[in-house]
Amino acid sequence: MSVLEMKNISKSFPGVRALQHVDFRLCEGEIHALMGENGAGKSTLIKVLTGVYDKDEGEIFLKGLDKAALIRSPQDAQNLGISTVYQEITLCPNLSVAENMYIGRTKGMLTNWKKINDKADKILQQLEIPAKARQQLSSCSIAIQQMVAIARAVDMDCKVLILDEPTSSLDENEVEKLFTLMRNLREKGVGIIFVTHFLDQVYEVCDKITVLRDGQLVGEYVIEELPRVKLVAKMLGKELDDMSDIKSEALEYKGDDASKVPVFEAEGLQSNAGIKPFDFYINKGEVNGFTGLLGSGRSECVRAVFGADRVINGKVKMNGKKVKINKPIDAMKNGIAYLPEDRKIDGIIGDLSVRENIILALQVLKGFFRPFSKAQQYKFAEEYIKLLEIKTASADTPIKSLSGGNQQKVILGRWLLMNPEYLILDEPTRGIDVGTKVEIQKLVLKLASEGMSVTFISSETDEMLRTCSRMIVMRDRKVVGELTGSDLTQNKIMSTIAGGDK
Amino acid sequence: MGNTKSNRSIALFGSMKQLIIPVAALAVLILFNLIADPSFFRIGIEQNNAGNPVLSGNLISILDYGSELAILAIGMTIVTAATGGQDISIGSAIAIAGAVILRILCGTESAPETMKAPIIVAFLVACVVSMFFGAFNGMLVSVFKIQPMVATLILFTAGRSIAAWINSNRLPIVNEVEFTYFGGNIPGIALPTPFFIAVACVIIIALVLKFTNLGLYTQAVGINAKSSRLNGINPTFIKFLSFVILGLCVAVAGLIKVSRVSSINYSTIAKDIEMDAILAVALGGNALSGGKFSMTASILGAYVIQFLTTTLYKFKVPSNALPAYKAIVVIILVVLSAPVVREKLSSFWKKIRVSKKEAS
Repeated sequence: MSVLEMKNISKSFPGVRALQHVDFRLCEGEIHALMGENGAGKSTLIKVLTGVYDKDEGEIFLKGLDKAALIRSPQDAQNLGISTVYQEITLCPNLSVAENMYIGRTKGMLTNWKKINDKADKILQQLEIPAKARQQLSSCSIAIQQMVAIARAVDMDCKVLILDEPTSSLDENEVEKLFTLMRNLREKGVGIIFVTHFLDQVYEVCDKITVLRDGQLVGEYVIEELPRVKLVAKMLGKELDDMSDIKSEALEYKGDDASKVPVFEAEGLQSNAGIKPFDFYINKGEVNGFTGLLGSGRSECVRAVFGADRVINGKVKMNGKKVKINKPIDAMKNGIAYLPEDRKIDGIIGDLSVRENIILALQVLKGFFRPFSKAQQYKFAEEYIKLLEIKTASADTPIKSLSGGNQQKVILGRWLLMNPEYLILDEPTRGIDVGTKVEIQKLVLKLASEGMSVTFISSETDEMLRTCSRMIVMRDRKVVGELTGSDLTQNKIMSTIAGGDK
Repeated sequence: MGNTKSNRSIALFGSMKQLIIPVAALAVLILFNLIADPSFFRIGIEQNNAGNPVLSGNLISILDYGSELAILAIGMTIVTAATGGQDISIGSAIAIAGAVILRILCGTESAPETMKAPIIVAFLVACVVSMFFGAFNGMLVSVFKIQPMVATLILFTAGRSIAAWINSNRLPIVNEVEFTYFGGNIPGIALPTPFFIAVACVIIIALVLKFTNLGLYTQAVGINAKSSRLNGINPTFIKFLSFVILGLCVAVAGLIKVSRVSSINYSTIAKDIEMDAILAVALGGNALSGGKFSMTASILGAYVIQFLTTTLYKFKVPSNALPAYKAIVVIILVVLSAPVVREKLSSFWKKIRVSKKEAS
């Protein structure tokens, strides 16, 4: 019995046909994965369903309604029992947790906040979310904010629950909790649409898969009938070459200056972001990484290296020479580039064009009084659009209208254009499809083989195992270990993270 | 690469699109005047006070007074882009700049026979003082992170008193005719000087935008200050700089203002001009919340505002009723630029285009 049917949905944006005649069917009590590469149209389909976008064509049918549902705004969708938790947090950080859970849902002029706070606390407790109703949302970690968003959706007694990349900022424990919650809701007959890039998670909880590619429907499959390799092939539209072996294929950097003097070396480095002082070095042509649980301080470490947070202590050397890095421009002048973890807040300049976003860092480095000519800017932009296969209508398209993965490629292009000696990538593959992930990993290894030093951070351990030759393990904002060679295994990393000193 | 050219022309059209609002507003005003009273557009030749023949008429006065507004709109656009806020103290700051010029030219006398210093010296001192007050505003906004409107409210309130204090509350008068050239006409040239000063300012800002990264940096900071910092830009400095640049524009406008009357009235000089300057930026289709901007559209916007003011004067609207009429324009503008209306309009256009296609 289907609870939702979308028929023949089409939607275009200037220069892009985001959806072309897509059908989608969701049954009661099932968890349905919506899969596709970045820009395949997943987010657009979700936004059409929830009334964020007006569809150009097509109809939506819901159980209990005899004619096509009219969904013009998120409010309409909510009233029809469609709840959404988006990839990016869409709550108000300046309000309390309870206010966020009940915003827009109180009736009448007067609100009994005490009652609402109590109700919110109860739900948070049921779902084992470590947050208090009266706490300001911005004081919670991103993971907990995400869970509050889910709690809000769950509490709205929905028929259709959409989870758009809910797990991308959660650690494994939290993901497990979420899955338990999802299974409970499935028992109650809720239809869940689950959008994710994590294949493991799809095979763990989902019943059915619908695959989109380039705005078109590829097909709907029962999970048992679609093994992983086939799924990936369907998403990419081609057979995937062996991902697990990219490292052995890649050339190792064999310059004679390798591992003589470290490209970058820090001693007792500490920033105001609350990490313990740490020592760190990277050799020419080396790929290393920081690993650890979410919030273990791995991002804070690289931010200290780049001067993104205020450095309060420590000595830093580049190629053996002492340098001072207090702010990002200092690091850039020393040939360090940093791709930040939060693309939306720290990475893109939303309203500026792809071209301006690409040239920005190099332009700043070149100087205020020496702007690139327009022709030069287009040359750079088009070079990297081609090199990184960025899907954009033109070099003048505002970056915010690109899909997440393509935005990330633009930011990557920005730093590659600077031709850095040392490239720091903090979660470059977060929220990005499998194909692009492999591309980025391959690119990292290629750059390293040409002599660039790269620090690679990812929540996915296997991704780091494929790229890094040395891993620094963090726990509780402290470096607790370093692994190389044969120690680089999933198990060894896990046990180091968990800690054997107790 | 075949389609890159057409892509670029689309981009050009994109920035041209912003000019639609001021151009449309101008067209409406012109049309209105053509129907109501075509004599509005008459240009005559008159003798000015110094006995030189000069052009006169409504269009000339729009060119004249619109120019000081255009100069201020340049600075206001940059402040708006970088900080996402506006400076409401420019009227008071003009009073200060004017007072400084008169203080230098007249010394401590109220109406000296000859000027005590060359005009250029007086102007340069006014530039320094205005940039200092701009820096004060900029400091409050960039370092102390105070909302621009609130931060500039301080100078808005205190500015005119400071101006009066500079000249110990005297109203100095400059007697030399040379000084009237800046707000009036240079002998032998029929067009008002402010227009030429504005042209010079426009050329300077065009060169600055072309040969420096001011445009890129201010827009980047206005859109996403955090990410700008991670790209090596110093957002604090850029915001600070924007106010200093506005200070420079204020000094130029101040010179024109005091030159017009060869004296000053502390409480009325450049009164409410901040609202017109902000309106010029808005009329140019620039988001008052900062970010992307079009300088051309702002400058055009300034002249359109002046066109409106002059039209209203022509129809004998008393000057204290002017703000009410301008408010109507603001309402229309704000409504038109609201995302909801824009979406409706664009889908409306789409429908028209589709039906046209089907018809053909």
